[in-house]
Amino acid sequence: MTTTSTVVLILAVFGASTVEMVEALTIVVAAGVTRGWRSALEGAAAALGVLSVIVAAVGVPLIHYVPIDALRVVVGGLLLVLGLSWLRKSILRSSGYKAMHDEDAIFAATTAELAADGPPARAARDAVGFAVAFKGVFLEGTEVVLIVVSLGSSQHRLGIAALAAAAAALIVGAVGFFVARQLSQVPENTIKTVVGIMLTSFGLFWVGEGAGVHWPGSDLAIIALIALFVVVTAVVVGVLKAARLRSRAPDSLQPAGPVTPVVERHPDAASRPGER
Amino acid sequence: MLRRAARAFGHFWWDFLVGDAPELFVATLVIIVTALLLRHERAAAVIALPLEAIVFLVASTVRGQRGSSRT
Repeated sequence: MTTTSTVVLILAVFGASTVEMVEALTIVVAAGVTRGWRSALEGAAAALGVLSVIVAAVGVPLIHYVPIDALRVVVGGLLLVLGLSWLRKSILRSSGYKAMHDEDAIFAATTAELAADGPPARAARDAVGFAVAFKGVFLEGTEVVLIVVSLGSSQHRLGIAALAAAAAALIVGAVGFFVARQLSQVPENTIKTVVGIMLTSFGLFWVGEGAGVHWPGSDLAIIALIALFVVVTAVVVGVLKAARLRSRAPDSLQPAGPVTPVVERHPDAASRPGER
Repeated sequence: MLRRAARAFGHFWWDFLVGDAPELFVATLVIIVTALLLRHERAAAVIALPLEAIVFLVASTVRGQRGSSRT
């Protein structure tokens, strides 16, 4: 029984970390190309170090000192907010009502902004490159930390959750090292849809368990919830796509085209997790 | 500096919890309250909790679709 929830936990954390790390890597590569690799990599490593400390500092006390049922309700609520929000965005993107996330456009915008800051310092370390890489990794990683701490602490598997996130960061980093600017090839919206479904299912499950509702089949109920949300997502995307085609029909017989890709703001701007 | 950090921290949580879809935050609160109220009515809770999540998700997505169609 616990194997089911552990597998889903690993998949959810790994998927969420992959999505966020791809976004972070785009910023690090942009900083490396324009301001120098040493500062960009040091900034990224420093941010990963700070995020690891936060996981240990917040997660470990949560496991030991907060009653498990209260923790599960709060954690389930957080996962539910995040999961529903990711699912809503990925449905709107899949059906063409919201622009797809385009890493190439983000890369171009970030390098242009960094180039406008002037040439990098002659010294080996460049403060701008360090700061941009640090902020990019830190801001994108904060959501991963929330997911790791939430899922890990609610199941008393913080170590496994942290390892899944670290594995995703390593794999994305290694892939990014080889493909550098081809991050737009990563099917980000598909991963986000899958993770959104998992987080929503986990959130509902833990809210219920924490409140005292015992799901039929125990942990297997998570699989049933995932299946339910897969069907709901597919139906909503299908209905919205059909509605979009119908609304375009009077103007043209051509199917609706893609929406202009979104360019995310520079990491120096305030973080807006809800906008991603 | 401390005030700036506190403001940024508050900003992050506001955007994280409420963001551009406040109805999803309301949905979560409604689901938590429902779970607490129905904790002794297992069958009702098992149906009501996913149903509420689906209704709020669809409503929020339709709201997003309409907002996108207007722009």
